[in-house]
Amino acid sequence: MEVGKRNNKQREEELDFASIPKNSGFKETFFRLCRNKAAVAGMVFLVLLILISVFADVLFDYQTTCVDQTISQRLQWPSAEHWFGTDEFGRDLLARVVHGSRISLSIGVAAVAFGLLVGGILGAVAGFFGGMVDNVIMRACDVFLAVPMMLMAIVIVAALGASITNLVVALAISSVPTFARIVRSAVLGVRDMEYVEAARAVGVKTGRTIARYILPNCMGPIIVQTTLRIAATISNTAALSFLGLGVKPPQPEWGALLSSGREFIRDSAYLACIPGVCIMLTILALNLLGDGLRDALDPRLK
Amino acid sequence: MGEPLLRVENLKKYFKSAKGSVHAVDDVSFTIEAGKTLGVVGESGCGKSTLGRTIIRLQEPTAGSVWFEGRDVSKLSRQELWEQRRVMQMIFQDPFASLNPRMTISETIEEPMELYHMYPDRTSRQKRAAELMDTVGLARRLYNTYPHELDGGRRQRVGIARALALEPRFIVCDEPVSALDVSIQAQILNLLQDLQKELNLTYIFITHDLSVVYHISDEIMVMYLGQAIEKAPAETLFQNPVHPYTQALLSAIPVPSLHNRRERILMTGELTSPIDPPPECRFASRCRFAQDCCRKGEPKLTEVEPDHFVSCFVCAGEPSSRS
Amino acid sequence: MERKETGYALEIKNLSVEFRTRERTVYAVNGLDLKIKKGQTLGLVGETGAGKTTTALAILNLVQTPPGVITSGSIHLNGECVLQAAPDAAKTGPKHKKQRLQKGMNERELQSMRGRAASMIFQDPMTSLNPVLTVERQIAEVLEKHEGLKKDQALARVREMLELVGIPGDRGREYPHQFSGGMKQRVVIAMALICNPELLIADEPTTALDVTIQAQVLDMMQKLKRQNGTSMLMITHDLGIVAEVCDCVSVIYAGRIVEHGTLEDVFDHTLHPYTAGLFNSLPSMEDRRTRLRPIPGLMPDPSRRAPGCAFADRCEYAAERCFKEPPGTVCRTGEHMVACHLYNRDNIGKEVLRHG
Repeated sequence: MEVGKRNNKQREEELDFASIPKNSGFKETFFRLCRNKAAVAGMVFLVLLILISVFADVLFDYQTTCVDQTISQRLQWPSAEHWFGTDEFGRDLLARVVHGSRISLSIGVAAVAFGLLVGGILGAVAGFFGGMVDNVIMRACDVFLAVPMMLMAIVIVAALGASITNLVVALAISSVPTFARIVRSAVLGVRDMEYVEAARAVGVKTGRTIARYILPNCMGPIIVQTTLRIAATISNTAALSFLGLGVKPPQPEWGALLSSGREFIRDSAYLACIPGVCIMLTILALNLLGDGLRDALDPRLK
Repeated sequence: MGEPLLRVENLKKYFKSAKGSVHAVDDVSFTIEAGKTLGVVGESGCGKSTLGRTIIRLQEPTAGSVWFEGRDVSKLSRQELWEQRRVMQMIFQDPFASLNPRMTISETIEEPMELYHMYPDRTSRQKRAAELMDTVGLARRLYNTYPHELDGGRRQRVGIARALALEPRFIVCDEPVSALDVSIQAQILNLLQDLQKELNLTYIFITHDLSVVYHISDEIMVMYLGQAIEKAPAETLFQNPVHPYTQALLSAIPVPSLHNRRERILMTGELTSPIDPPPECRFASRCRFAQDCCRKGEPKLTEVEPDHFVSCFVCAGEPSSRS
Repeated sequence: MERKETGYALEIKNLSVEFRTRERTVYAVNGLDLKIKKGQTLGLVGETGAGKTTTALAILNLVQTPPGVITSGSIHLNGECVLQAAPDAAKTGPKHKKQRLQKGMNERELQSMRGRAASMIFQDPMTSLNPVLTVERQIAEVLEKHEGLKKDQALARVREMLELVGIPGDRGREYPHQFSGGMKQRVVIAMALICNPELLIADEPTTALDVTIQAQVLDMMQKLKRQNGTSMLMITHDLGIVAEVCDCVSVIYAGRIVEHGTLEDVFDHTLHPYTAGLFNSLPSMEDRRTRLRPIPGLMPDPSRRAPGCAFADRCEYAAERCFKEPPGTVCRTGEHMVACHLYNRDNIGKEVLRHG
């Protein structure tokens, strides 16, 4: 490697330097993730689940399979015709589970997205500015964290009524303080780095500093936390629906399926077990993926 | 001669801590002519890094003024300061921590140009960035690389290119070669000297390495616990160090030669605290020449020979008897 | 344990260490030879990535295996063999779990050796000390373990040692965070020397310290060394420190020793172009006007093994032969040897390197 200056110039001028592709490490991280078999299993499961939920309508028509009741076919154990059996109203359980996946996943993602956005902004502001701002925001978060999620959900739903939107609101509110904490601590770790100071020295202003210098370097813990929060949210959604605070029938949300299946657990155990297993597998997959991402993003394990 | 490019007057930077006020920089004054280099040396805790940052207002001064080409930088408003940044830049010490890991080196170099609207469009910025890379000795094929793909020496060159992007006239170099291997150090030092000649830059070169500072500085200022205790042209300082601390410091440098060995002066004790220091000579507790007068007041920089200033009750005024 | 009286505190023969991962193999050490006579201090000089620290770790068998593999060589401490690579060690794959050694010490023997026959001081005193134990306790532990002393006997010895390194005895009850950098390094040195090891390995012990503190610490190390007759391996990149404390010098580049000799040999009769380049890169205290003459380029990527001399592409004297064959060693005097194609038996006494 030479020290020289202009003698390079002629040779390199032909080279279109600006078009050499960047190596931002995504590929490297992805390959590291792939080496973790558990994480790969989780990822595959989730991808399948997402595909199924996206194409739910194609696979099973909502009206005929989930709403119309065929009492003559009620409570049939899994068979060639109905892979997961039928419920107490003769509806195909597989169809209901598939449609339910759409509901569970979208609630999980929506609630976490909202929590991430609001919590992220609050955490970034608290971490970056410090002092009184930090104090006020964090103490407010502490107040929300002190209230058990279930209680808060019950209160909100009781006040506003049980519907998917209100469910999302309740779950999102409980996610906000957690994200605020995570983002704040990530920002604190980055804020005092020399490159942030260097940015100030070349005239980078506050907003741009946060957007280009601070947040991109906090992504690791935030990504991991997001996957884990989706898992927790799905679990909470199921719990709330189980308690009757979630979606209204006939919407086939998994927790609701679990709840309604409870009555028939003695003779038709499959009605409760199958949705239960689905919930469990989804949460497991998300957790495995989250753990795998955390290991893959950790620079020390390189 | 004419008006110096930079004039620092009674600059102070104090930090509030639970135990009191930390006097990081305490009443430092000096001037630098255009195109020259002032070396600032001292050990850890002497305040040299804080001095550099306070001059370009990465830290706000507690008191004092910094006159740059006749303008008091320390009193500028935020907007004026932002404009002033174009001419006063900084090169940072740690090549690993001073570059944003999420930006390619071209983005790092182009960003200042973008912010100050120096070029009308992206292509001309890219061209200029490539030219800067040539100037600092980075191959153009590294244009889209990220810092983690480069070694310390190359990263430091990126830092230099970034500092040059705005075409400044004055650069604070904060230990720019301390984290680098000896042969890379030499490459970077040569580069800095070449750039100074070509672009008529003025440097403040902060370091703890005395052989480096001797090589690159025109004038040297020695700092101890926030104060400037000796200031002289480079050769004068090394041939005739007056302050006992300077003498001990110079004698402590391990010389890479079997000849010309210096007599080692060992200092005893440790640094006194920079928190609310009492009004006495801060070096007195470790000084082998300390007398009663040293604890009765703070010495000021006095001229002991032309251009050679020392802050010491015992030594100032008697340069020849103390070598 | 067979022990031969050789007069050498440390003998390393043809040591090669590789780090094998799935992506690539790093050739950290390539056929390294090192000898330290009893009571002497050898300076191991090289830049980052040359393989100095790996060599030091190998002596105490602290190289992590996996991913490290010792593919060849042997290490003798005071005539006792502490490591001997197996003949087929080179075939170890990247997934290997254990190092295939023909002869090595088992963990118990190793633990007994570390601290007693040889001990090591690392670069960063901040991370070398346990923050939750008092300084006294940490040093006493070493004594209790190796010499089976009781608590009070150990503490008495510890206080003596602390005084020797310049720390007043009653400060022993304090915790590491209450000490400054220089004092912490003294504690580390006290801990390393408490069992009177025959060999002290110091890996850049003063790099993190201020220059005046460095002077104090080096001075103290010299005194202790003379008192106890300890041999020392001083790893550093600073030729000034070498001139201060060492008797002999070995210059390491890309995992190999390229020049070795007494201080006078290497400083006044420099042979290898790399060594000369190192001297030329240093800002001179005599003449500040001359431009520095750095070595162009960078140290080669350790995952690529060049067929010829590793320094060839940076060397101003390189000939075609240098790129094809690795150089053998030529001796100028009993102690002074160099690995470079420039030299052979005929011209070894003459000045070959250009000056100015």
